[in-house]
Amino acid sequence: MPAKVRIPAPLQHLTQNIGLVEAEGTTVKEVLSNLEGRFPGFHERLYDENGGLRRFINIYVNDEDIRFLQGEDTPLADGDEMSIIPAIAGG
Amino acid sequence: MPSLTDEQVKRYSRHILLPEVGGKGQRKILEAKVLLVGAGGLGSPCGLYLAAAGVGTIGIVDSDLVDLSNLQRQVLHSTADLDRPKVLSARETMEAINPDVKVICCQERLTSANILEIIRDYDIVADGADNFPTRYLVNDACVMAGKPLSHAGIFRFDGQAVTILPGKGPCYRCLYPEPPPPGLVPSCQEAGVLGVVAGVMGLIQATEVLKFILGRGELLSGRLLTYNALDMEFKTMPVKRSRKCPVCGDNPTITELIDYEEFCSLRA
Repeated sequence: MPAKVRIPAPLQHLTQNIGLVEAEGTTVKEVLSNLEGRFPGFHERLYDENGGLRRFINIYVNDEDIRFLQGEDTPLADGDEMSIIPAIAGG
Repeated sequence: MPSLTDEQVKRYSRHILLPEVGGKGQRKILEAKVLLVGAGGLGSPCGLYLAAAGVGTIGIVDSDLVDLSNLQRQVLHSTADLDRPKVLSARETMEAINPDVKVICCQERLTSANILEIIRDYDIVADGADNFPTRYLVNDACVMAGKPLSHAGIFRFDGQAVTILPGKGPCYRCLYPEPPPPGLVPSCQEAGVLGVVAGVMGLIQATEVLKFILGRGELLSGRLLTYNALDMEFKTMPVKRSRKCPVCGDNPTITELIDYEEFCSLRA
């Protein structure tokens, strides 16, 4: 069973408005590559020109912030849930 | 602290009955001073309920006028208020609910030049702004001034909330160190928002403010609450104070307030 990825509202136009997708990969980086392959445009939204994850987007694996785990090398087991949570500023 | 009048005992009876509040807690609420940044989608429900609760002094900062597109969710304002300053409309609504409440209007845009003075006399700030530059300005100012801050944001069917207690827990930049470049994340004007999402999140802010005033319950300090209206799911995720945080970390790189450029082609 692959990892489940929660797609945030600002990115759902890239995934045909689907909010929860399954993706292959054993690390966060691999799963994000997998998403880019299937839904082009992901990479540009998530990564800046230097190849780093944009600082207004956080990624959680099973509700833990990957910045406090192994970053993009954080491993994902089958069935783990990855959430992409960007800052939102509407008020 | 002056004791409650007979009328106040009646008005606030449902609070006073709660062991965690009582007359003592209600007096704390009446003595409290809360600043609302924005009298819009978040500020409206927050302001309404804080007024009903009897927060004695509520400041509101908002430079906007009431627009027809606001009325789908900005429940402090009505059709009769179109084109009026939001702070005036808000004050009338809130003081009509509760004459114990004094509303202080500040019809200005927050900038690095005025924010520290504006927030100075309040016990806690509730950020209901609608743009990233203001969110970061409010966070940085509150951290620098040691002012507690309830932050919430909304977008389409989603909401987020976190409570910032400077010196005790993470700040907004521990969570999101930098704002997105202008134009990269659509605003509600461009992407829309289900009106009731503003209601839910604004009330979460009011809840946090009241808990802070009363000194009761667990605040969202060190916890990010996310809400999705379609799934009807609330989740909380831990947020840690980052030692590398540019404003509250061990070696802050941001020591002055910043006016980020705001890109908004649709702003009136």
